[in-house]
Amino acid sequence: MPSTGAYSIMKKAPVNKIIQFSNVDGPGNRTAIFFQGCPFNCMFCHNPETIHMCSSCGLCVSKCPAGALAFDEGGKVVWDSGKCVQCDTCIKLCPHDASPRVTWMSVEEVLQQIRRCAPYIDGITCSGGECTLRSEFMTELFREVVRLGKTCLIDSNGSYDFEKDPALLEFSQGVMLDVKAAERSWSEKLISDPGDMVLKNLDYLKNIGKLYEVRTVILPGRDTENENTVRYVAEHIGDACFYKIIRYRPFGVRERFLKILGEEETDEAYAGRYASLARELGASKAYVV
Amino acid sequence: MSDALNIIQDPTLTYKQELLALARLGESTDDSLRYSDEYYEAKRKGALCDLNEGVMPYRPRYICPDYELLFKKGCEFLQLDPPKDLLEAVNVLEIFYCHVPSITSFPVYLGDLDKLLEPFVIKEDRAYAKKVLGLFLRNIDRVQTDSFVHADIGPEDSVTGRILLELTEEMQLAVPNLTLRYDPERTSDDFALACVKCMLKTAKPSFANHRMFVSEWGEKYAIASCYNGLSIGGGGFTLPRLRLYECALDAKSPDDFIERELPRHIDLQLEYMDKRVKFIVEQSSFFKTNFLVTEGFVKQENFTGMFGVVGLAECCNYLLGIEDKKKGFGMNREATELGIRIMKEIDRRVSEHEAPYCDAYGHRYRLHAQVGIDSDGMDDSPGTRIPIGVEPTMLEQLEVNEKFHPFFPTGTGDIFKFEETYIKTPEAILPIIKGSLANGLRYFSGYLENNDVVRVTGYLVKKSEIEKLRAKKQSLNNVTVFGMGAQDGGHALDRRVQHHEESSGK
Repeated sequence: MPSTGAYSIMKKAPVNKIIQFSNVDGPGNRTAIFFQGCPFNCMFCHNPETIHMCSSCGLCVSKCPAGALAFDEGGKVVWDSGKCVQCDTCIKLCPHDASPRVTWMSVEEVLQQIRRCAPYIDGITCSGGECTLRSEFMTELFREVVRLGKTCLIDSNGSYDFEKDPALLEFSQGVMLDVKAAERSWSEKLISDPGDMVLKNLDYLKNIGKLYEVRTVILPGRDTENENTVRYVAEHIGDACFYKIIRYRPFGVRERFLKILGEEETDEAYAGRYASLARELGASKAYVV
Repeated sequence: MSDALNIIQDPTLTYKQELLALARLGESTDDSLRYSDEYYEAKRKGALCDLNEGVMPYRPRYICPDYELLFKKGCEFLQLDPPKDLLEAVNVLEIFYCHVPSITSFPVYLGDLDKLLEPFVIKEDRAYAKKVLGLFLRNIDRVQTDSFVHADIGPEDSVTGRILLELTEEMQLAVPNLTLRYDPERTSDDFALACVKCMLKTAKPSFANHRMFVSEWGEKYAIASCYNGLSIGGGGFTLPRLRLYECALDAKSPDDFIERELPRHIDLQLEYMDKRVKFIVEQSSFFKTNFLVTEGFVKQENFTGMFGVVGLAECCNYLLGIEDKKKGFGMNREATELGIRIMKEIDRRVSEHEAPYCDAYGHRYRLHAQVGIDSDGMDDSPGTRIPIGVEPTMLEQLEVNEKFHPFFPTGTGDIFKFEETYIKTPEAILPIIKGSLANGLRYFSGYLENNDVVRVTGYLVKKSEIEKLRAKKQSLNNVTVFGMGAQDGGHALDRRVQHHEESSGK
């Protein structure tokens, strides 16, 4: 289709990073593409620098010890990946939960990297941030990746109305969906969103057979919230897909949220109780990670 | 203090290790095998290395007996009849192994154990077969106390192969080294995955590119010692090595190196090999009287010489004036291209050389990317490997390897260290192995970061055994001391870890 071809040349998406070989972003060995930008703001986010787009405030520029950041002629902050030593000074400093280390890439540029990895991988996973903010870009990318004989997975927070985008799902093997909170009030606190769309997607994706796995983070000491979420998910997915019970880990969590969620990680036995509960409720493929 | 006294007073040597050290000392008292002055000069400079093979070879370096023949007709000299059941089969092998010489005096090739033993194993109850094979592996580990002792399995799945993997994982032994001969059409994913799981737990088996080896050696090839490809019923006469970094030190430019210094050193190494091969065949008694030869378990025409190289990375970096290894060979296209040019020249010159004997290979020697020895330190990386500590991403490392592995029929390989999460996701490793072998990788080894049994450069050691030596205690395995040296001098256990980056938990 000529129009999509033109799209792939013109349109670019902000890519935070591409991991060539990942063993934790879906089954087998996968190339994982992390897009910048997320509509949610989750308290336990481990990589908050992927939430917002850089506003070019420039606070990080003079602090970069490697001289990898500068202003361009238009006053925008630009990043030199060749000079960068990945010390993370910029993202630690950023008051906006953003990162200057983002590359705007075309579908073809991302594809070039995937083609290199293709002999060694099972497929790709788009993640973020929230990758569905780049749904058109992803659809285009997936179309090409499927032609390489590789599978495409979407790692999503569920904010996107998947029902309205059959083209995206056509080329995707499925969605790995985060369900962080089942109750509206708790969801608003935890992820800054009532979460209605997430729960809608849970049912929709399950019904059309595109739910690859669901993940819930178990927080220490939040018995009621944990149970409500796990119960909701388990009753809705049954044995349709994997259910990953993730232990809360304070690593990378922002200071202000550490005060609320605590600095202790969820212990394995505690998380295990919720995996057992999920299995009792019919989610036979529930397990702790 | 005399060298002999040093040996017999060394508290870290076992009795057998003392005996072997004294034998080497004794051998060094003869100098009837002489080389040119230029050869000795290059050796003194460290540009050539004979791997301490000893000055008076009394056996080929590596011997790969035809164990199928042993099982078919028995062995007259050892008074062994063909085995009729599993117990007899392992007993025959255990006895025979003790009479297979090598440079280390231990057998470097134990046979294709699954193929050899499968007919006997399937006649037995599985639990009984496992018990017998467990004792067999224990015998090998305690009697053949050297990590260059190597057994092969595959390409097909088998009951014996599965039991050997289970035992390997359960017993956590450094000996024997183990290789799966991997063929995408003959090796099932399920069996390959079982091998990956075992590799993560015990650093073995490694994966050999079966099709590549078959195209060079035919179906009857062995993976012996570290990762040496050789003929079954034959072996390798000798393995000296060019230390390419030192070879380059007098070169004025890359062109000068390729036109002048490299050919000069190649020819000196060929001189060494020719003389040594002739001596082994014509002077020593091995090919005249050893029962392995007289009863046909090996044939002299199936032996070849292994032309070794090390330090290609450092050689290229030196010639291009690259001081920061992070920007050198493996990460730098110009340096890697120079490496290919150098390897092509070595390949061309060695293949033009008419070697004595080596009849089965058109009187030619075959190239080998030697894994390094403890005394190499950081000057010469193993074979054509990217130096430890500056490895790029795993993908980039594989791509570089794939360019060089086809040069080395007598063996090369690289080692990848995986982070702990991979123990739960072995299926994430198999596509990497399959993809790289399909793209020209010859030999893939891996191990998990925190294991006790680890792969040093090509051989396996137990970290706990290295600690014994550090405490001035004895280690049964002859090779532990090399592991300690490689760890100290070459940082051989500090290779890049393939890890999962923090990517979930949004």
